[in-house]
Amino acid sequence: MAVATQQTPDRARKRPFWTIERRDGLAGYLFIAPQLIGIIVFVLIPLGLVFWYSLHEWNVLAGTFKFQGDANYRKLLADPAIPEVLGATAIFSVGLVILNMSLALLLAVLVNQKLKGIVVFRTLYFSPVVVSLVAWTIVWSFLLQANGGINGLLGMVGIEGPNWLRHPTTAMISVIVVQVFKNVGLNMVLFLAALQGVPKELYEAARVDGASRFKQFRRITLPLISPTIMLTSIITIVGSLQVFAQIAVLTQGGPGMSTTVLVYYLYQQAFQFHRFGYGATISILLFVIVAILTFAQWQMRRRIVFYEN
Amino acid sequence: MSQILSIRRAAALAGIALPLLATSVFAQDAVNLRMTLWTANEAHLKLFNEIADAYKANHPNVTVTFDSLPFDGYTTTLTTQIAGGNAPDLAWILETTAGDFVNSGALSPLKATFEATEGYDLADVTQSSLKLWSTDGEIYAYPFSTSPFGMFVNNDVIKAAGQKTPAEMIAAGEWNWQNAMAVNAAVAASGKQGLIVRDFDYKVWDNLASIWNGWGASPWSADGKTCTMTEQPMVDAMTFIHDAIFKQKAIPGPGVSADFFAGDAAMTITQISRASLLPKENPFSWDLVPLPAGPAGEYAVIGQAGIGVFANSKNPKEAADFLAFFTNPENSAKLAQFFPPARASLLNAEVLGKANPLLTPEQIEAVVVKGISTGVVKPGHAGFAEIQQTARAALDALWVADADVPAVLKSVCDRIQPLLAQ
Repeated sequence: MAVATQQTPDRARKRPFWTIERRDGLAGYLFIAPQLIGIIVFVLIPLGLVFWYSLHEWNVLAGTFKFQGDANYRKLLADPAIPEVLGATAIFSVGLVILNMSLALLLAVLVNQKLKGIVVFRTLYFSPVVVSLVAWTIVWSFLLQANGGINGLLGMVGIEGPNWLRHPTTAMISVIVVQVFKNVGLNMVLFLAALQGVPKELYEAARVDGASRFKQFRRITLPLISPTIMLTSIITIVGSLQVFAQIAVLTQGGPGMSTTVLVYYLYQQAFQFHRFGYGATISILLFVIVAILTFAQWQMRRRIVFYEN
Repeated sequence: MSQILSIRRAAALAGIALPLLATSVFAQDAVNLRMTLWTANEAHLKLFNEIADAYKANHPNVTVTFDSLPFDGYTTTLTTQIAGGNAPDLAWILETTAGDFVNSGALSPLKATFEATEGYDLADVTQSSLKLWSTDGEIYAYPFSTSPFGMFVNNDVIKAAGQKTPAEMIAAGEWNWQNAMAVNAAVAASGKQGLIVRDFDYKVWDNLASIWNGWGASPWSADGKTCTMTEQPMVDAMTFIHDAIFKQKAIPGPGVSADFFAGDAAMTITQISRASLLPKENPFSWDLVPLPAGPAGEYAVIGQAGIGVFANSKNPKEAADFLAFFTNPENSAKLAQFFPPARASLLNAEVLGKANPLLTPEQIEAVVVKGISTGVVKPGHAGFAEIQQTARAALDALWVADADVPAVLKSVCDRIQPLLAQ
């Protein structure tokens, strides 16, 4: 007994600090370190700083940085422009998600056919994704002018096209369509991968049972690709809330305030009107909206997603 | 042998130590100044670099770099640099944002430096040009460019439409807005475009000041506190512009792209520095004339640009000293070839003519010299960016064919009045 108690400190002394568990642990931390450091430096610290700025009145020109508690948040609640801005943001997001998802799914079903040269079409539909966003938007701004390419084409078939970017409704439709055409290829590829993962036997069995093409799509395809629908809808909705370049290049928020979405309003307040504190407050609002939407979608997946690995 | 070794050691030591010593001495005094500007024109930058090199000859430790930023969003880029702790030492400032910069405390006072600089002759700089850049008797920026708006005209297009040229109309005493717009309407009916208010693009509405001043209109009162867009002169001027766009088709409508300098249009209102855009190949017969008279008589509008020194520059003293050199009488005369000077001694057709070979002495006298001496500066205000955007959003309702002009102008006042009163 006495021997055993004497041995314990000896054993503790001899036991090296770098045990296998500790080495494994360190290796693990080192492996995740780049990602972790990235998240801390580029996400968590800026997020904390944005919240800190939102509690201040920060005028960069005057060089003033004054703590003012919740004043910016009260101003946000009383800002007469906010309902209009949130309305424009909602219209843009809903329009974009519906159009983008349905078009992506349609294209994916089309390019999933076993036809000669179908790869060409897949490449064509995907190619806008790799084009520079600003270059893409500038080209569209020329096409959408009153005397631009689109109205020129319409004129050839005897239709007098509208002044696309100068009327609230057509301006909103234009920015949505420009964004959809830019990114629909990405969702198409994701849907295509999902479609190709659906076992062929299920369709054969359905055909034997006499199911129509539409019924096969509704009862087999949609349930089996529902995880992908879920994923793409989250990516598309979050992406739609971050739209900026298209608005800045095409409409600058106009006509009136009709295309002033939340991110563009944030940019105006912070960078054009030099109110960085209030801009930070708007970005907190954006963060909360994105967080709520993502959480809600994640919760809804149990009802919507029929099948998940 | 040992002697040779010790010499080698000494040489090696000296080789290492001397450059180190030299760098540390120069590093103490080395001053790097950065000036942001919105031109990337090679001829402009060449001249600036020549002036900076001449300054360096007497101040070997001072290096000046010119940082060209895009004109579109210039002030936004500048404030973003300031917010990021990367403010330049000197910056060009637009007349519309002068109020923000001068009154914010962002700029360093300059008067004492100008007065102390030998041969500077501050009294030669006209008081009217300094007004926008001064407060409480102190100067916060130097108005290096005081550029009148003039009317460039394409005589080929006008003659092809069977119309009198503006020069003929001036000679006949008929150069007013009614007649000018009739010419533009006739040109537009012949297939080209009429009048382009350059850089307006149905967004930068303050550029319409080059028209509405002919009606004696102004967007706000002289003290900047009250919106005056609903007053009769502005209503009349905007009704005239609206009719010119939608009834006469004399101004290209919203969303229509056309470029005067590509030969697409009869006339354009812009500043004389744009003369460099006139085509060298396939040139057309062009002229530069003063703005037409409005119901309130003859008038001129000028755009200004200032150069300020930032108060939080690491070297505000050196930056102010360089600015005094950059804008001394000798260098002002050189800069005059691109930027009409604020110095009375340089404001004559002879000096400006030498600097602007593209323009005739008559054009310089009529547009530049007269324009600078009688012109009103484009509207500016503290918090201009927000006022500009807010009014832009409200004015969008005006750019449709069936707009109710007085009602739209009232909505503009309703929206910007709270901002003006701040």
